[in-house]
Amino acid sequence: MYNFEFEKPSTIADAVAALGDEDAQALGGGQTLIPTLKQRLAAPSVLVSLSGIAEMKGVCVDDDGSVSIGGATTHATVANEAASSYPALAALAGQIGDPAVRNRGTIGGSIANNDPAACYPAGALGSGATIITNTRQIAADDFFDGMFSTALDEGEIITTVRFPVPQAASYQKFLQPASRFALVGVYLARFADGVRVAVTGAGEDGVFRWTEAEEALNKEFRADALMDLRINPANMIADLHGSKEYRAHLVGVMTKRAVEACL
Amino acid sequence: MTQVSMTVNGKSVSGDVEGRTLLSSFLRDNLHLTGTHVGCDTAQCGACVVHVNGEAVKSCNMLALEADGADVGTIEGQANDDGSLNVIQQAFQDHHGLQCGFCTPGMVMSAAALLKENPRPTEAEIRKYLEGNLCRCTGYHNIVKAIMAASGQDVSSIAAE
Amino acid sequence: MPKDSGIGASSKRREDVRFLTGAGNYTDDINVHGQAYVHFLRSDIAHGRIKSVDTSAAEGMPGVVKVFTGKDFEGVGGIPCGWEVTDKHGAPMQEPPHPILAQGKVRHVGDPIAAVVADSLEQARDAAETIDVDIEELPAVLDMKAAAQDGATLVHDDLKNNICYDWQLGEADDAKVNEVFANAAHVTTLDLVNNRLVANPMEPRVAVAEYARGTEEYTLYTTSQNPHVIRLLMCAFVLGLPEHKVRVVAPDVGGGFGTKIFHYAEEAFCTFAAKACGRPVKWTASRSEAFMSDAQGRDHVSTIELALDADNNFVGLRTNTYANLGAYLSTFSSSVPTWLHGTLMAGNYKTPVIQVNVKAMFTNTVPVDAYRGAGRPEATFQLERVVDKAARELGVDPIALRRQNFITEFPYDTPVALTYDTGNYNGTMDKLEAAADLAGFAARRAESEAKGKLRGLGINCYIEACGIAPSNIVGMLGARAGLYDAATVRVNATGSISVMVGAHSHGQGHETAFPQVVADMIGIDESMVEIVHGDTSKIPFGMGTYGSRSLAVCGSAMVKATEKVIEKAKRIAAHLLEASEADIELKDGQFSVAGTDKSVAWGDVTLTAYVPHNYPLEVEPGLEETAFYDPANFTFPAGAYACEVEVDPETGQVSIEKFTAADDFGNIVNPMIVDGQVHGGIGQGIGQALLENCAYDENGQLLSASFMDYAMPRADDVPFYEVDHSSQTPCTHNPLGVKGCGEAGAIGSPPAVVNAVLDALNSGGKAVDHIDMPVSPSRVWTAMNS
Repeated sequence: MYNFEFEKPSTIADAVAALGDEDAQALGGGQTLIPTLKQRLAAPSVLVSLSGIAEMKGVCVDDDGSVSIGGATTHATVANEAASSYPALAALAGQIGDPAVRNRGTIGGSIANNDPAACYPAGALGSGATIITNTRQIAADDFFDGMFSTALDEGEIITTVRFPVPQAASYQKFLQPASRFALVGVYLARFADGVRVAVTGAGEDGVFRWTEAEEALNKEFRADALMDLRINPANMIADLHGSKEYRAHLVGVMTKRAVEACL
Repeated sequence: MTQVSMTVNGKSVSGDVEGRTLLSSFLRDNLHLTGTHVGCDTAQCGACVVHVNGEAVKSCNMLALEADGADVGTIEGQANDDGSLNVIQQAFQDHHGLQCGFCTPGMVMSAAALLKENPRPTEAEIRKYLEGNLCRCTGYHNIVKAIMAASGQDVSSIAAE
Repeated sequence: MPKDSGIGASSKRREDVRFLTGAGNYTDDINVHGQAYVHFLRSDIAHGRIKSVDTSAAEGMPGVVKVFTGKDFEGVGGIPCGWEVTDKHGAPMQEPPHPILAQGKVRHVGDPIAAVVADSLEQARDAAETIDVDIEELPAVLDMKAAAQDGATLVHDDLKNNICYDWQLGEADDAKVNEVFANAAHVTTLDLVNNRLVANPMEPRVAVAEYARGTEEYTLYTTSQNPHVIRLLMCAFVLGLPEHKVRVVAPDVGGGFGTKIFHYAEEAFCTFAAKACGRPVKWTASRSEAFMSDAQGRDHVSTIELALDADNNFVGLRTNTYANLGAYLSTFSSSVPTWLHGTLMAGNYKTPVIQVNVKAMFTNTVPVDAYRGAGRPEATFQLERVVDKAARELGVDPIALRRQNFITEFPYDTPVALTYDTGNYNGTMDKLEAAADLAGFAARRAESEAKGKLRGLGINCYIEACGIAPSNIVGMLGARAGLYDAATVRVNATGSISVMVGAHSHGQGHETAFPQVVADMIGIDESMVEIVHGDTSKIPFGMGTYGSRSLAVCGSAMVKATEKVIEKAKRIAAHLLEASEADIELKDGQFSVAGTDKSVAWGDVTLTAYVPHNYPLEVEPGLEETAFYDPANFTFPAGAYACEVEVDPETGQVSIEKFTAADDFGNIVNPMIVDGQVHGGIGQGIGQALLENCAYDENGQLLSASFMDYAMPRADDVPFYEVDHSSQTPCTHNPLGVKGCGEAGAIGSPPAVVNAVLDALNSGGKAVDHIDMPVSPSRVWTAMNS
């Protein structure tokens, strides 16, 4: 690692100020960032830990029934505390990494990083979540902007992620056997006004919505509705662990299983 | 250099570290607690698992300064007060749950965290919980068996000799 | 009744206490006062010509002690290869130099170009980033068959081609082999790949070296399975140092699996640099560095053909293998595809005509050497896959086909140079059939099918050759070392015993199992016996631990030394008891005169040896004996394995539902430890079969360069294993009748898993002949849908 100054502010305002330094970078749980720093693939001058900001932690249910999760809330906390209010999302959080990673990794860190195989981007996009930062609110549909890229500006902090709670939802994750990220992960949420299907692990441009599946399921919410649908392999990731065709196939299988889990 | 202070295995400690100093380095290099091992650089192997404020974390994936003021537990602090092996450690010895011993500190610390939240886990729950702890020697058989035994379950029917 | 101590008892491991309390002493736990740290600048391209290396900026960086390049090692030897293979035309293998730091060319990603020694590791890394390296990139040589063609790009410019050797074993007359195949009633052919693996012991490699100016003595602490071999190779072939001035210590070592046998450049570098820098030098590999610098395993591409007569008897076997050696010859790399692979092609079967052909290739990849099993898994995989395919083609039961062709009479001379001294393959198969409840398989398959899963049963048999020996024979085969071992039994005055052994324990439990033997022979408590290992200054000599040799070879040396101790102690006891030596019996730690009630205790005799007041004058005082043991033959563990898998037809995901191993290891000293060795081997074998894949892209970049892409088996990838070792035919030529158990699981399990997957697919109506390992979901799905 290159060396850096470490700061651990206790308020969002102080964090924003600290991130004003050139080459300052926010540190969530560090479960991806620290390995990146070890490889010397990043060289921040200041690392601003968000783990000391109490107002960015915790899970709460809003008056309208939506679930708000502080940006610095760990996966383990979400897995526990959202279990009754939004079980599918809690289940997703409980499948990220491993227990020790879940005790450090945060929702804000995961969403801000937008790893193309991460779980949370699928949960946020599939739920139609709102990403709330220190300056604005961004709809998930506008937030994820291709692999490792988001709508966040320099120094902007995800303070809360607000999830509308669907009638039913399911996250189906097919493991990449080494990293245990998603080889393909499908988050399906069924709302009164329609179905959302978000896919992670598969797309060359990161997390995406499978709109054809959504349309088919809006017509008829059962697994058979997907039978004739094939996602185009051309835009899928191909790597050591699976071809484009295999990933395209898995998107179908995982979506079908998500539907079945919602019935 | 910045001073960091924490409680490690019940003792107050402090030392000067850089921003980039990892908790695992602080434990190993500053405190000479070399029972915490480093087996990878991508937070996969789990040889470095310690407890921070009662939770299992990968100490090679956490900055020392993030643990300022925390209560840290390492393998060196696991034995009973009289120095005898605790229930989990004893089960690992009784059931041959270790061979080369390198992953063992992380395994024991993860097992302790598991049994704290789930005092009587099933075989499947144990295997799932150990997702972040790699062992290259045992094929996991006797690790899983030892954790089941440590939780008070009868393991005599599992692949008896 | 299980015994509670001595030979045959599942004594709890004494070494566990330190490992369980964080009190182990691994190499990275060792820090020497004043030490500096080295960082190696490694090539990020697979093949290229070094035009220049400019270290001038690095030399002025903060904390830098010294910067080294290949030029600093021009007067120094390279890493030697310990086995000279002679090719089928009688010529020696091509043996290119292997410099400590690259000279002239880089030949694989990870090849070290320069080394920076600095006050801290981060300073060394900072300085290494300023080194300006100009490399003319050359095409990477990767595909072995293409590399063997005339005109292929050369990995080593001074060699005539990329073929290290073209080797043959068995029937040399091609016409005779052709005739067997021409006359066969059935021929089964299979093309297969034995996937490249990374051993990945959980402890990465570490070296710490210091040099004492006053005494001109070096000490090297290193993560090694055989410190004496490292000392010998480094002193005699690399650095030209007197062995008596070099101490090599391998303290607690966190797993080896073969990859810590070899002498590595980093060990020699640290030793060299400690003197050159005037400071101790430490190197700790990161896992990323391990992926590109630890010798890797397997990587064979083979065609195997099995000829059967009209009665399904095996009548001929022919193999053609390309074996990848990587960019340089690692310490024992040349022996793996030859004498550890070709010799095993008979397997458990009485096939009369066998011809094995191996071309060993240089490529622009990390060197390949022994990994748990080393050659034997590659042989077993080929043979047991082709036997399984033959059974399917012929529509016969795979167990019946194997039984029909088993060797049943011993000793048995194979057509591929071995003499199996003993075995009982039908008896072991009987144990397997019972332990695996094969009779209940049909019901289990029905249950799986009810869940929408395909279930398959895979059978595998293996034969292993352990404890490679004797030295005069292996010398004729090209080994540049002897393969004996040594032990010193030092009895202290008060009767406790230190046993200095040449074997090295890095997970095998020698500290517990070896004392069981000595204590049993004398009849004293195991706690009175302590094993000392891993330090060239403490033990006489040793060839280390690999190839499942420790108990069979070093254990035999220990038995011989203990016998000498007992013999001498009896002479002292006879004097004390005023009896004839011939009448002295030793039992339960008491020397007694046969037929009388006169006796003297072990401790009294040992005290007398060191306080020789009342003592036989013709006997030297003291009680310490050394024995070197060179075995008469290999040992031949064998076994039969059964694996049951479920395949998810929608995703291709394979799960291991049941795994049973029946092994014949001869006599067993500690059943608990033997079970553990088998479990570990099976875990690694399942890893090879389903998960692990060390892959390079077309430019020679390592695709699986960390645990993010190299899939290690985890706890939820494997089941509990049933292990049976009640089939026991003791080895006929070593004193304990032991055979070795360390590699069996890794040899026996991959074919069982793959056979099971293919059984599942074929039973599900998919005609799939073969899937290369790892049998990943993607590959299974592709095979099912093509």
